Amino acid sequence: MVGTLAVTTTVNGQERELHVEPRMLLVSMIRDLVPETGTHLGCETSSCGACTVLLDGKSVKSCMVLAVQANGREVTTVEGLETADGWHPVREGFKEEHTLQCGYCTPGMMMTSVALLAENPDPSEDDIRKAISGNLCRCTGYVNIVKAVQYAAKKQQGLSV
Amino acid sequence: MLPSSFEYVAPTSVDEAVQALAAGGVDAKVMAGGQSLLPMLKLRLARPNLIVDINNIVGLDTLEESDGMLRIGALVRHGHLERSELIRDRYPMIFDAAQRLADPLTRNRGTFCGSIAHGDAAGDWATIAMVLGAELHAVGPNGAVVHSAVDFQTSMFETKLGADQILVEARIPMPKFGQGSSYKKIDRKLGDYATAAVGASIVLDGTTITEASIGLTNVGPLTIHAADAAASLVGKSIDDAEAFEQTAVLAAAISDPVSDLRGLAEFKRELVRVLTKRALRTAGARAQATEA
Repeated sequence: MVGTLAVTTTVNGQERELHVEPRMLLVSMIRDLVPETGTHLGCETSSCGACTVLLDGKSVKSCMVLAVQANGREVTTVEGLETADGWHPVREGFKEEHTLQCGYCTPGMMMTSVALLAENPDPSEDDIRKAISGNLCRCTGYVNIVKAVQYAAKKQQGLSV
Repeated sequence: MLPSSFEYVAPTSVDEAVQALAAGGVDAKVMAGGQSLLPMLKLRLARPNLIVDINNIVGLDTLEESDGMLRIGALVRHGHLERSELIRDRYPMIFDAAQRLADPLTRNRGTFCGSIAHGDAAGDWATIAMVLGAELHAVGPNGAVVHSAVDFQTSMFETKLGADQILVEARIPMPKFGQGSSYKKIDRKLGDYATAAVGASIVLDGTTITEASIGLTNVGPLTIHAADAAASLVGKSIDDAEAFEQTAVLAAAISDPVSDLRGLAEFKRELVRVLTKRALRTAGARAQATEA
C-alpha cells in the first residue's frame, strides 16, 4: 500500500493543502477533495476535453495530469471564472449565444476559451475552431460555441456585442 | 479509471532523477508530459512501481540553437514548438508537425523528447528526429549516453533508451545552406494520429539534390527510415518529376502498414506514395527559397 503525499496547491486563488495518493488524477482531486464539481469527467481517455482546467495558466486535461503534479502550482477551474463584479465575458458569451444544450462539455469549452483569449485576444473563426479541437460537443455542434467565443473576445476588448 | 498504485518522486536535478530511477529498478518509469504514459497507466497496459516525475527539474526546457545544433530539452512541450519563432523560421518540418499533433490541450503538456522515448511508430516526432539526423542525449548511472534517432526504436514501444536512462535533450543539426524540409500528414480529424505521414528533407546545390532524407510515420511497427528511396534522389535535379515518382514508389514499397479503422493497408501505402511526393516538393521549394 502506497501512502498519501501532501500537496500544496492554489485552486481558484485559494491555497489548499490536500493529501493524495500518487495515482490520483487531478480531476479527482478537484471534484472529490477540493471539492468543486464544475469540472466534468468525460471520456477519461484524453479524447473529450470535458475536464479541461488551467494549470499555471495553460489549458490541460485534468484527467491527464496527476493530482500530485499540482503541488506548488496554480489550478483554475470553471468556478474560478466567478467574479465579484459580474459575469466573466466567456460565461456571458456562452449564455447569450445559447451555447449549451446538455452542458456536459461546457466547463471544458469555457476553460479552453479563456486560455485562447488570454493568448490571442482577437481570434479568427479558424483560430477558435482549432483551439477547441480538443473539446468535443455531442449535442449542439460548434456554431454557437464559436459565436460565444467571438462574443467574449469583443466584450474583453471593450467592444459592443 | 485509476492507475494501479505506484510510488512517486519528483526530483529537482537530473542526477537525483537518475539515482531514483536506478533505485526503482526495471519497473520504474520516467514521466515528462505524461500524455502517452497516463493513458497506458489508466488502461493498466503499464504498471510501474515508481514514477520519476521530471517536471520539477530546472533547465530541461531549453529550446535554442548553440554550437551548430538546435537543442530541445526534455521538458519542451509540443505547444512551445508550435509557438516558437525560431522553429517557424528555421525548422519548417517541426513547425508543420506541431500544428497538427494531438490537440491544443495535449500540446500544452506533452513533450518532444517524451514522444520519442515512448517508441510509438504513430508518433510524429520520432520521424522528424530521424529525418533531421537528431542526436538523443540521455543520462544513466554511468553518465551521458548519445543515441542516434535513425535507429532508436527497436520494436513496438521499445527503444535503445536503457530502463535506467533518462532522455534529457534532442540535438538537431542546424539547417545547411540550401536545405528545406517538410512534414505531410493525413489524419481522420484534427488531433488524430496519422493515417500516414511522411517527413522529407532535401539539400540543394543550385538545382541539384546533394542530400535527401525521408521518414514514414504509422505505416509499420517501427518508424521507417526510407534510406534507399532518399538515396535514389541524390544527384538528380529538383525539377526531375520522374525521379520524385520513383522515390515515392520506393518509399511506398518499404512501408508496412496494417488495415485498421484508419484504412486499408493498400490505401495507406498509396498515401505514402502521394505524401512522399508532396513532402519532397514542399521541401524542395523551401530549399530553393533559402538559396534565393
